Amino acid sequence: MSGTRLPAAEFESEEIALASAPPGPDGGPGMVQFLDPDGRLNDHPEFGGFSSGTGAERLKALYRDMYLIRRFDQEATALQRQGQLALWVPLTGQEAAQIGSGRALQAQDYVFPTYREHGVALTRGVRLSEMLRLFRGITNGGWDPRETNFHLYTLVLAAQALHAVGYAMGLQRDQAADPTLAPAASVAYFGDGASSEGDVHEAMVFAASFNAPVVFFCQNNHWAISVPSSVQTRVPLAQRAEGYGFPGIRVDGNDVVAVEAVTNWALEHARSGKGPVLIEAFTYRMSAHTTADDPTKYRLSREEEDWHPRDPLARLEKHLRTTGKAGDAFFEELVGEAKAMAVELRRDVQAMQPPGLEERFNTVYAEPHPLVQEELQAWRDYEAGFIGEEETS
Amino acid sequence: MAVMTVAKAINEGLRAALENNPKTLLMGEDIGELGGVYRITEGLKRDFGADRVVDTPLGESGIIGTAIGLALRGYRPVCEIQFDGFVFPAFNQITTQLAKLRTRSDGMLGAPVVIRIPYGGGIGSVEHHSESPEALFAHTAGLRIITPSNPQDAYWMVQQAIDCQDPVIVFEPKRRYWLKGEVDTVNAPPSPFTAQVLREGSDATVVAYGPLVPVALAAAEAAQPDGHSVEVIDLRSISPIDFDTVTASVAKTGRLVVAHEAPTFGGIGGEIAARISERAFLSLEAPVIRVGGFHMPYPVARTEEHYLPDIDRILEALERAFAY
Repeated sequence: MSGTRLPAAEFESEEIALASAPPGPDGGPGMVQFLDPDGRLNDHPEFGGFSSGTGAERLKALYRDMYLIRRFDQEATALQRQGQLALWVPLTGQEAAQIGSGRALQAQDYVFPTYREHGVALTRGVRLSEMLRLFRGITNGGWDPRETNFHLYTLVLAAQALHAVGYAMGLQRDQAADPTLAPAASVAYFGDGASSEGDVHEAMVFAASFNAPVVFFCQNNHWAISVPSSVQTRVPLAQRAEGYGFPGIRVDGNDVVAVEAVTNWALEHARSGKGPVLIEAFTYRMSAHTTADDPTKYRLSREEEDWHPRDPLARLEKHLRTTGKAGDAFFEELVGEAKAMAVELRRDVQAMQPPGLEERFNTVYAEPHPLVQEELQAWRDYEAGFIGEEETS
Repeated sequence: MAVMTVAKAINEGLRAALENNPKTLLMGEDIGELGGVYRITEGLKRDFGADRVVDTPLGESGIIGTAIGLALRGYRPVCEIQFDGFVFPAFNQITTQLAKLRTRSDGMLGAPVVIRIPYGGGIGSVEHHSESPEALFAHTAGLRIITPSNPQDAYWMVQQAIDCQDPVIVFEPKRRYWLKGEVDTVNAPPSPFTAQVLREGSDATVVAYGPLVPVALAAAEAAQPDGHSVEVIDLRSISPIDFDTVTASVAKTGRLVVAHEAPTFGGIGGEIAARISERAFLSLEAPVIRVGGFHMPYPVARTEEHYLPDIDRILEALERAFAY
């Protein structure tokens, strides 16, 4: 029987070896890249036409977003160290993946993030200080997703992938009912760790079955807290899409130009009714998983050094400088802007007051609930018993 | 008033909901062409199309997870879980996502998803097809849980659940699917989140819900010749529980037996016993007595007649209450 291959031959050893190796920066020959680590910009035969442009203004705008969100990340980390936040989840290293994909979105698209998508939030217009409310322990949300089409963070990872598919099924029905609506897609963000969760599998099955307009955007940052991506998968994650019957693309997640072009293509694919797409943004978590994490216990500093030359900001800066698209003035101005942003952020965070427990009682149900009402009243009575005690104690 | 089975009443209730609101849609495994394993959705795909009566892939987490997304987009998904024991793959989506969306969005967002689950035993089925997991969900704030015991409630409760702004789980007593009764399709019964006194009595109260309501009524009838006047309450709502109705009854009768198929340990009966001891301690002539399943996984079908609470088990509990 010609064409029959043994299962072991399906993924040839090169690919398995690549995926199973310690996290190195080599994304393999199939990875889409426009801007190489030396700052050289190359055209791409397949996706070149989907870039929103590589002119000075466009690239400076992308750099500005990446720079501001990295500065935001540093400020939030500092606020956590100073006890102003309970926890922080750094994104450093993933700026290109997030800004590139976020800037490809249109207003009518809807995003379902994990808890690390601060860069995408910036592109959607979420106020940066609002993102810190969750980490300050004063809310489990923080912003109104209806204003920005950027959903609340999800902490039980992978659950949001199904929400994105369901939302896309709703978009499908809305567009069928009203063809004048602007075509839209939803985007599910997740990482290499969450790719092992069953919900991601079910999300891809449902998306394929219903041809839902959803883009699965997987940031493979190579570490699920302390476990390397080789424990999650033995083939490149993008390759999994083939098993579900839709396109999967590995893009250099540290190349903001490539990420934006590939995401443009994927969103257009989804919006035009061609179904889901999986993007694997090949990137690296340059910092800790959270401020409670200690990467020195599980990875070598050598590995971090290997990735350092691929820093998404450094490569775009090289390109901007060597091509003369931007010079000192631009970068110095940005430093000042970022500093002002940090000052404002710090002021906003310190001004955030904790809510009363009464508010929590009132948000459990939409409609009156006798148990909640009874417990709220009992709690109020209990608290009232302490009035005046503070002065005397 | 039409006479119909519980199954037909739910079917008609779903039909009315699909007709009344174009955003209502049904999702589940085998609910389209087949009409569901219990034929509850029979004929609905034919009449409303595959976009509104959606045969999903086999994945309970997928069903609830996508329903949450649809609800965020303004839809009113009604999910069918095939059997009680199959809801657990969706437990995460129900408890960490669906139940919490409103509170974690500080009240800005809601996901009014309805989940229908056939539950309970008595049908001689295989493992995972006869369970009563309602207490596991009742423990989760953010959910509402109701269970009809008759065709009238079956017809209306599913529609009231769909109209509710909160997520609602409707536990359907599968061994009562073929129970017939009158359905008034014009006048809705009281709020689904209230209990109903089905039979008045003066000596003891039996609280039951879902499949055990007819059993409780029969037990009350059987106690009558011995001179015991037993009041029977159909709880109807498991979360919230209408403690006012139960308390008023116990204040009158002084004795309370709570019956459910689910195991008694950590169950709804224990919750009722605790609350009633706080609310009506001085009215109680006897401890609150629970009748329910044992602390074991649901037993094999050939033993279930000994496991399930029946008339005699409720009468025995009443005797113990009267002995004080």
